[in-house]
Amino acid sequence: MTLTHAFLAFTQTAAITAALPPGEPPRIAYAPVLEAFDPAPAPVVATPTITARATAPLGTINALGEDEGVSTGTGRPIRADKLLLTNGISTVEGSSGGGIARWATIAGRQMPGGIGVSAHGSAVELPDFGWRSYGAAIGFGDRLELSFARADFDTRDAGAALGIGQGYTFNMNTFGAKVRVAGDLIYGATWLPQIAVGVEHKQSGDGGLVRALGAADDAGTDITVSATKLFLARSVLANATLRYTEANQIGLLGFGSAAGAGYKLQFEGSLGYQLSRRAVVGAEYRSKPDNLGLGEDDWLDLFAAYALTDSLTLTAAYADLGSIATFSDQRGGFLSAQVAF
Amino acid sequence: MLLTTAAAAAALMLLQQAPAEGVDWDAEFGVETKERDPVTGELPVDPYEQSNANAGATPYDSARLVRDFGGRDGIVRIAARTVELSEADPRIAAIFAAHDMVRLKRTLGEQFCYLIGAGCDYSGRDMRTAHAEMGVTKADMNALVENLQAAMCEADVPFAAQNRLLAKLAPMSGQVVER
Repeated sequence: MTLTHAFLAFTQTAAITAALPPGEPPRIAYAPVLEAFDPAPAPVVATPTITARATAPLGTINALGEDEGVSTGTGRPIRADKLLLTNGISTVEGSSGGGIARWATIAGRQMPGGIGVSAHGSAVELPDFGWRSYGAAIGFGDRLELSFARADFDTRDAGAALGIGQGYTFNMNTFGAKVRVAGDLIYGATWLPQIAVGVEHKQSGDGGLVRALGAADDAGTDITVSATKLFLARSVLANATLRYTEANQIGLLGFGSAAGAGYKLQFEGSLGYQLSRRAVVGAEYRSKPDNLGLGEDDWLDLFAAYALTDSLTLTAAYADLGSIATFSDQRGGFLSAQVAF
Repeated sequence: MLLTTAAAAAALMLLQQAPAEGVDWDAEFGVETKERDPVTGELPVDPYEQSNANAGATPYDSARLVRDFGGRDGIVRIAARTVELSEADPRIAAIFAAHDMVRLKRTLGEQFCYLIGAGCDYSGRDMRTAHAEMGVTKADMNALVENLQAAMCEADVPFAAQNRLLAKLAPMSGQVVER
């Protein structure tokens, strides 16, 4: 350090100190910041010429871009760059969401410009029924999600009691599409959530039976609008979804009623608390219509999700599905595994 | 005719001999070389108006939050560590390689320190100017967030406190992300 610099530094410090009330430490980060991480001046001689990087020999470029030399790009075919858990947890209808509620999130771990995939298997064990859901989704950037899910709803002993046969299993296929129209789950203004609109077309595999139960149709289409935001300052994720639907028990028992009940607006809400990058706990609520007059109830769940690896997320939940096909108090466990890339 | 063409070609070839080794092409083409400040070790930047408003958000007022981050020293270490991790991160290293890491470590430390409310002033440029023409994507932002999270975890910052800092930074994405 030259004398002039030392003098300049001294006068600067003196000027800052003089401007402060007596006894107050200088409130400028300049000096402490430098001292804390790098007491010695930066190695000025370390860069012989500014063209060093440009003239450096090219390293061996491989598909992973993991070389020592200058790289011509990242070279990675798939970039799974989404932050952990921000692709959501597959719903029983195959969409990215929170287990039973649809979210505005897009499935897969891709970011804008990429394509990601996701697959799930879920099981809900209830006192009188066993429900399995499995499916897959593909996400295009942060824009579009296409999903498919298959549901098998085993009536076990209840089937015999209902007169439809011991272990009769209701089946349903759900084809979903969702488009993000505005906002971002994490980034951007705090007041602007990620907003997505979507459809879920459902096809029951039990047309004759659901009509006999009083449903008007064995296929139907739900329309959804979702808003989801991660409020980082509180570590809270909040979601609200409006679903315009005529589905009975989300479609397992058909759509509408022969008596004329049709489309109604329903609400799905989720609240989650982030415990760590990998863990989140929360609760969900989903309102449902009672078109068939069987005392269909709203759904509730308390869930805990854990990202075991970057790709594998496990979810366990306590679910209260109320009355299903006149069998009341259907409360039980929900387990789900999701892999996403 | 043929002879004249051949002679012309030969003359041209003679004129186009390879330049001598060791030519300083930067000097030949008038490329300006920036010299690092001998005291701070930083490269000079175009003059700008210094203001805490450049930090992009208002600071917290919570002694507990400052404690969670280990005070000013802790915050400065976390900022420097975030930059180090990012320089070594193949996803985003190229963005950092072309910029002044000495200055970034200082200004990022100041920005974090200011936002957390540890009583620093931010002397850097505003987010839009500082990230101009970097071509930062949301995926790059995520990589940086992960590196910052790693640095905060190493410093044993509680997760909720980590998120409070991220809450100040996330809304700035509009000024940072260009594509």
